[in-house]
Amino acid sequence: MTTTATALPATGTGTGTPPSAPARPGPPPTGPSRTAIPPSTPGPADAPSSTPVPAGVSSSGAGPVDASSSGTAPSRVRRVGAPSPGPARRTVGAEAGGSPRGGRGGRPVPGAVSRRGPLPAGAEAAYDVVVVGAGVVGCAVARALARHPLRVALVDAADDVGEGTSKANTAILHTGFDASPGTLEAGLVRTGHRLLTAYAAETGIPVEPVGALLVAWDEEQRAALPGLAAKAARNGHRATRLLGPDELRHREPRLGPGALGALSVPGESVICPWSTPLAYASQAVLNGTDLHLGCRVTSVGTPGPGAPHRLTTTRGTLTARHLVNACGLYADRFDALLGVADSTVTPRRGQLLVHGRAARDLVRHILLPVPGPLGKGVLVAPTVYGNVLVGPTAEDLDDRTATGTTADGLAGLRERGARIVPGLADEEVTAVYAGLRAATGREDYRCAAHPALRYVTVGGIRSTGLSASLALAEHVLGLLAECGLRAGPERPLAPVRMPDPRAARPDRDPARRAVVCHCEHVTRGALLAALASPVPPAGPGGLRRRTRAGAGDCQGTHCGAAVRALLEEHGKDGRR
Amino acid sequence: MNGPEPTERAVDVLVVGAGPAGLAAAARLAAAGAGRVEVLERDAAPGGLPRLCPGTGFGADARGRPLDGPGHARRAVGAAVRAGAALRTGVSATGWAAPLLLEVTAPTGPETVRARAVVLATGARERSRAARLLPGTRAEGVFTTGGLLRTLEVFGPRPERIGRRAVVLGDDPAARHAVRLLRGAGVAVAAVVCPGPRAAVGAVGAPVLAETAVTELTGRGRLASVVVRGPDGRSRTLACDTLVLTGDWVAEHDVARAAGLPLAPGGRGPVADGALRTTAPGVFAAGGLLGGGGPAVRAAAEGRAAAGAVLAFLAGRASGAAQGPPVVAAGALARVRPDLLGPEPGPLLVRAGRVLVRPVLTVAQDGRVLRRDRLPAALLPWRPLRLGPEWTRGADPDGGPVEVGADDGCGDGGRAETATDPAGGPVEAGAKG
Repeated sequence: MTTTATALPATGTGTGTPPSAPARPGPPPTGPSRTAIPPSTPGPADAPSSTPVPAGVSSSGAGPVDASSSGTAPSRVRRVGAPSPGPARRTVGAEAGGSPRGGRGGRPVPGAVSRRGPLPAGAEAAYDVVVVGAGVVGCAVARALARHPLRVALVDAADDVGEGTSKANTAILHTGFDASPGTLEAGLVRTGHRLLTAYAAETGIPVEPVGALLVAWDEEQRAALPGLAAKAARNGHRATRLLGPDELRHREPRLGPGALGALSVPGESVICPWSTPLAYASQAVLNGTDLHLGCRVTSVGTPGPGAPHRLTTTRGTLTARHLVNACGLYADRFDALLGVADSTVTPRRGQLLVHGRAARDLVRHILLPVPGPLGKGVLVAPTVYGNVLVGPTAEDLDDRTATGTTADGLAGLRERGARIVPGLADEEVTAVYAGLRAATGREDYRCAAHPALRYVTVGGIRSTGLSASLALAEHVLGLLAECGLRAGPERPLAPVRMPDPRAARPDRDPARRAVVCHCEHVTRGALLAALASPVPPAGPGGLRRRTRAGAGDCQGTHCGAAVRALLEEHGKDGRR
Repeated sequence: MNGPEPTERAVDVLVVGAGPAGLAAAARLAAAGAGRVEVLERDAAPGGLPRLCPGTGFGADARGRPLDGPGHARRAVGAAVRAGAALRTGVSATGWAAPLLLEVTAPTGPETVRARAVVLATGARERSRAARLLPGTRAEGVFTTGGLLRTLEVFGPRPERIGRRAVVLGDDPAARHAVRLLRGAGVAVAAVVCPGPRAAVGAVGAPVLAETAVTELTGRGRLASVVVRGPDGRSRTLACDTLVLTGDWVAEHDVARAAGLPLAPGGRGPVADGALRTTAPGVFAAGGLLGGGGPAVRAAAEGRAAAGAVLAFLAGRASGAAQGPPVVAAGALARVRPDLLGPEPGPLLVRAGRVLVRPVLTVAQDGRVLRRDRLPAALLPWRPLRLGPEWTRGADPDGGPVEVGADDGCGDGGRAETATDPAGGPVEAGAKG
């Protein structure tokens, strides 16, 4: 992986850190009982994996640890001997073994997941690395760090993981065929596609490799296709193929009139965008990472060279020897807390609409527009849950909270969708949503190591963050090493298995088999399982993203009240 | 899907949906000796939407006392069960393994159920916020009337669930019903927003904003306001924490669609003929599935009519598939039912696209006028009108489409200025032109 890590010097000293401060780990922070020590008795599972960096993501851990942990009774996996938990502190239920912290023989002690109440104090609040931002990138970084004997916390202002850009995107796992060759993004998307494809198979994240067709609707677009194929080749994607109008019609029979040809891009896939950060976060938590939600960082203080950062949050104070900024839309504002002013985020809104399952047969591939002067344009794509998605718009805004849809935006998508696939005009709209992408005015990611600050910013992920997430995480580990993080030996991660909302559940209890959401066939058992999962939902939206309850054609008209009642009765801290 | 092998069963008639239409169909079928008649209901309790509806308007009992929704549901369930129909709740039909062979999910496991005839009575729902393309944030507190009823059923009138100040969207009597429902639950009604004329809503004791569109929903977490734009083009912000979407019914057509049945435009129910037969042999349809929002008593009557068609089919007296020329709405009419005329002249149900003052109705086929007549009263969009079989007498069952048109001299783009009659009165009350 050849990337262009830009280790920019800190451009400000607002926090009082001398820019020339040595980037070496100092003595342990406050408290004598810092637990960030390598396991005293590394078992065989702790041996470094035989393959280099990225392989650790998908293959180093699953086999042996899975096998060894299968004999671990879940009830034995408890935080033993830990300081008494705070009011909001809770040890998550665990399904696997292997611990970075004091675990014996590679059995993990899960981290804490909390949403409210004061943060842990003293040594419990002292971390080697704090990752700020629990979107798909932050969760992936936390998961990558969990392979090492480090005390790691993942914090987010929202009350669930993936609550920002990560929950409202086009749900596509890109190959990176159309990236600008030689950019950081091009390399990371390409690697990330491979890693996430393997990881999804391993963890059960729904993925469908339907492939993409870049459809040319006029001569100018058709003339651009060979150039796009050449660009794809420069990005290492040589399997693209030009299709004439007849073959295109054969492969995509419901396409609207006027399509002149297409570039076929095998490997472009659709993926569940919600299970992905959730799988990362769950695996990080199961392997010892603390997840603090509802925890907005309001200031960062660095007392002196070598001393840890002091993060003041809405829930209390944390210290971190190293910091990762994965704040997405707020990456520039978090940078500012450390006196860094590299870039400004301009939110780019993408509105999308989703058709019901009845429309699924109308579309076989991801139908991409040929990029033009006005950006990437509107795509039509199936989803792993059998919907058809149309979008996104691209509107540059100032308001970082403007996740609303607009009448013009939706009407435009309706019209564009019907032009690409006319049958969509007769289909009901099941859902509409809008997401904000973190554009920075530069057509590449902005990943920067600030060794003097022991601080890494992973920003400008205005698109493709889901696709690149696992490769980005490895890249960030490299940047952290530049900042002096000594991660210690790598050990396999205890595996996670995500429940597939599409699959029938094996519940034997008839009460758990009762269907609550009829549109999506979600049973009471599936809802209860999600509410009891390592990273449980905070509200009906989170429950919907985990189980599909309320995501169907009636949008919760039928099940909304029943789902809410379950959340109130069984949710850990479900009231928002 | 991995799971246990489905158990296979056979019945004579399978009715999907235990609402007014399904229960009435099952009661008649079982009483007439159609064999094993089984009704599937995906809800935990039978009765359909009336089960949740307070207030009268659900017909009367044997002694003529008016029934409320739950009363209607109880009576309908009792009649079906007494007649010998088997009623199974918590059981959903999910698809078709083959014609007349339904895939069913029950708490006891998956099943396939073979039937000699199937009656689809799966009802309808009001279109969701997304289906109406209402822009803005995805704040909580946006319900359809059906969703509000279910919330009240589960939580009771808790303000943190149903809000304190509501706006109602809709321009037919369903909006009035929602206003009553909200007031009964202690929720103030800030306004009723009508996409069309206000006449359909009538007097509700709250501001009625006619010809007004919702342009944005605002609020993070809970709904904060609804921004509307009136006929003068001016925007207004209505502060509220609840928005109730009424009317605009769409069929619960998943099972019908899974059978590959063609759908009628608008309500999106399966195409059916005058004998309530769909285009799939042996598959019948009735009730809200064919047109939502009607009174429960009409759905029940349709269920009984469908049962008659099923009995004729099972006895070999009639074909089990829809037939006849298509019936199409023309001019100012929004909808005509049935979608296919059937083997012989039958009644029509017409619905206007706007208020029509004493319109001239014309039924024609292949350029030949079957009947033309002026209505003595206004035709209101929210009150379908039944035209007797005499209107289609002489239609050629093998001929071209039967066109049903209406003209009140205002032209299709016109708007009746006299759209002032209160909803709920008799049709004739509106005739002022």
